[in-house]
Amino acid sequence: MTETAATPRTYRDYAQPLWRRLLVSREGAVIAALVLVVVFAISFVPHFAQPITLTYLLLDITPILLIALPMTLIIITGEIDLSVASTMGLASVTLGVLHQAGMPIPLAGAIALVVGAIAGALNGFLITVVGLPSLAVTIGTLALYRGLAVGLLGTTAVTEFTEFWTDLAKSKIPGTSMPSVVIVILVLAIVFVALLHFTPFGRGIFAIGLSPETARFSGVKVERTKFILFVLSGLISALAGLYYTLRFSSARGDNATGYELQVIAAVLLGGVSIFGGRGSIVGPLGGVFLIGVLASALRLANVTSDVINIITGTLLVASVVATSFLAWFRTKRARPGKKTEILAVAKG
Amino acid sequence: MSNSTEPPALELSRIAKAFGAVIALTNGTLQLRKNSIHALVGENGAGKSTLVKIIAGLYQRDTGEFLLEGESVDFSSTAQSKAAGIAVIYQEPTLFPDLSVTENIFMGRQPTRSLGRIDRKLMREEAIGLFTRLGVRIDPDRPTLGLSIADQQIIEIAKAISLDAKVLVMDEPTAALSGVEVERLFTVARSLRDEGRALLFISHRFDEVFDLCDTVTVMRDGAYIATSPIADTTVEQIVRQMVGRDVSALFPKEEAVIGDDVLVVEGLSQPGVFHDVSFTVKSGEIVALAGLVGAGRSEIARAVFGVDPYSSGTVRINGAKVPRRNPAAAMKLGLALVPEDRRKQGLVLETSVARNTTLAIQRSLARFGFITDRAENAAARIWDSRLEVKTASLDTEAGTLSGGNQQKVVLAKWLATNPSVLIVDEPTRGIDVGTKAEVHRLLSQLAGEGMAIIMISSELPEVLGMADRVLVVHEGSITAEIDRADATAETVMFAATHSAAEVAR
Repeated sequence: MTETAATPRTYRDYAQPLWRRLLVSREGAVIAALVLVVVFAISFVPHFAQPITLTYLLLDITPILLIALPMTLIIITGEIDLSVASTMGLASVTLGVLHQAGMPIPLAGAIALVVGAIAGALNGFLITVVGLPSLAVTIGTLALYRGLAVGLLGTTAVTEFTEFWTDLAKSKIPGTSMPSVVIVILVLAIVFVALLHFTPFGRGIFAIGLSPETARFSGVKVERTKFILFVLSGLISALAGLYYTLRFSSARGDNATGYELQVIAAVLLGGVSIFGGRGSIVGPLGGVFLIGVLASALRLANVTSDVINIITGTLLVASVVATSFLAWFRTKRARPGKKTEILAVAKG
Repeated sequence: MSNSTEPPALELSRIAKAFGAVIALTNGTLQLRKNSIHALVGENGAGKSTLVKIIAGLYQRDTGEFLLEGESVDFSSTAQSKAAGIAVIYQEPTLFPDLSVTENIFMGRQPTRSLGRIDRKLMREEAIGLFTRLGVRIDPDRPTLGLSIADQQIIEIAKAISLDAKVLVMDEPTAALSGVEVERLFTVARSLRDEGRALLFISHRFDEVFDLCDTVTVMRDGAYIATSPIADTTVEQIVRQMVGRDVSALFPKEEAVIGDDVLVVEGLSQPGVFHDVSFTVKSGEIVALAGLVGAGRSEIARAVFGVDPYSSGTVRINGAKVPRRNPAAAMKLGLALVPEDRRKQGLVLETSVARNTTLAIQRSLARFGFITDRAENAAARIWDSRLEVKTASLDTEAGTLSGGNQQKVVLAKWLATNPSVLIVDEPTRGIDVGTKAEVHRLLSQLAGEGMAIIMISSELPEVLGMADRVLVVHEGSITAEIDRADATAETVMFAATHSAAEVAR
């Protein structure tokens, strides 16, 4: 606007070249760790390099992979959904009860998906319309949905399912050792990558996580966005519940208990900030694989499950500590950062 | 007045400080004397804050001398500088909101009785004594939550005095205060000066500097420029020293062709906030909303834009009704709001300049619903270069830019929406003189292109210099509408402090 404004400024798009940005990213670190673990396991763990390992690994982590997708988006907005595993259980029981009553699997499954979406919508309603914190709401619905699931079926289980569907859940892509369900995961992963990284809706998700007020002032529909995400989370949790039920031919009220923590652990390990605003889809998927591969390699090496838990837990803590330390180191070295200032003030 | 052979209360000479490759300070030089209020002025990025942080012990100098009462000192923490008698009052005090006023003053050093029990009675008495000494009335037992920023600053000052601070640094203390509160703060500051303390006052407002201070030091680009007694200098001279050139005109309002009504607001009310607010803005016109801080100006603007609710009334743009509580719809109709708090409402600080610039135009940048970095960068490049945003690259985090450049990004973001009505809320708060003049020139130019502009401002010279029409808000109502020709500091201030009935009389 001054006289010199005639020549437009030329800005560089990025301060650093792509390879350097990838190198310092959390996603890069997770993928590198994954490659390292795989190479190590192939070289030193007997039987790991067999195709069957991959088949079972994928079958095992499918529910976690599925739920990690909407969970990533929710955590980036700064919220959390702890009710996902209970929703899986509720969908599982719905399928079981309806099928037992004579309903064909596709119809019963569709109803179970609707139940999941309604469960998510109830979370979304309490969080965005009533205005309650998501942590409190979903701790509540974690108990509520699990209670409903167990209440509907008691301590019994439905184990009679049409063979076509249970076989489909375990089937492989012809000529490979890949389970067919990988196709579903791939399609959904692509949809979620596009949604988060290449749409205005996704840009809104990041803005909400970093500064909800600025987002609102910029025309982002904060409440509607969050509501949609919780419905998506319920829907996909129900889908994961259906898969779980058919794979093990068992609908039980306590199916998938505790899965919510596995999902959240993998998402955080994949570089999504628990404070919101930062993360990607690739990172959490890498996180799920990292934990899965590590566990399966250790199991093959005859390490007991309690030790495996200790190792994955330590890994998660170490990764969080490492990021905080790196961030601190970077601000300390580069320029007077906000974080070090706050620390200094607190000290004083 | 102090004896000239006595060493200065605080002396900094040729202080340098660099953060990696970024040099924040090349020559920080400052001499504070007892019984004096010293002003430190300079554009944003001139190095004032870095200097203050070195005084406070938050940063350590690389080279240079730091003398306190003639003795060389090295602070490695804020605790050390506090112990040495230096107190720094920041623009936004950091008190514990749930603790009482008294508890906040004595945090960490409560007087104790036997067995380490806190002596609440003594603490309370001392707090009352402090407030009496400062001549202010604050209930020592109430929690600090809900106290005004002005009162919170007074509590910080009380804390400093109870520590017997010899040197008081006030970093832009008046930025968020109303006229009356500024006066009270100045009274307190003067009495502290008369007790023999040395005060350092940092402000962007020249009238305050000339009103309060006796000496002024100017900094530019991290270096000391000049120190002069207030009596021997003028605003023009200080501005020249600050920007290193003449600023031709601070408020270059150009003539614009004023057209038809664009924005029509009728009978807007929200109980307890504002009532029966009606006004129109024509194309090419700059209308200022003036009034005291807290009069309801920002609330009206936010309701018009749809961020805040209103219970009755209508807002129309070019005849089309703007729905309530729907900023996205208001934006589509051509309304833009540059909000008051650029760090909380205007920007996503922790994301890139490009993402910030394009946040409000995401939908129009998307092709078949998809958006790419490339499309964003191209749009951001156009608008950021038009506003001359100074940034290393488009993926620089917005929060790392200086205040003036942050404001330019917010303006770029809203101009990118191609609005027909632009509301700017305190567009030049806390930004330096050079950028201020650029913003004024931009607003004037936009009006010339036919945009309808509403400007909310607490700075009277800005209101009088820029506005075609001034609407004065008092306690949630518009009490006066004053044309450019009739607008003076007196008419606007009178309307701002009186109800509509009194103004009419």
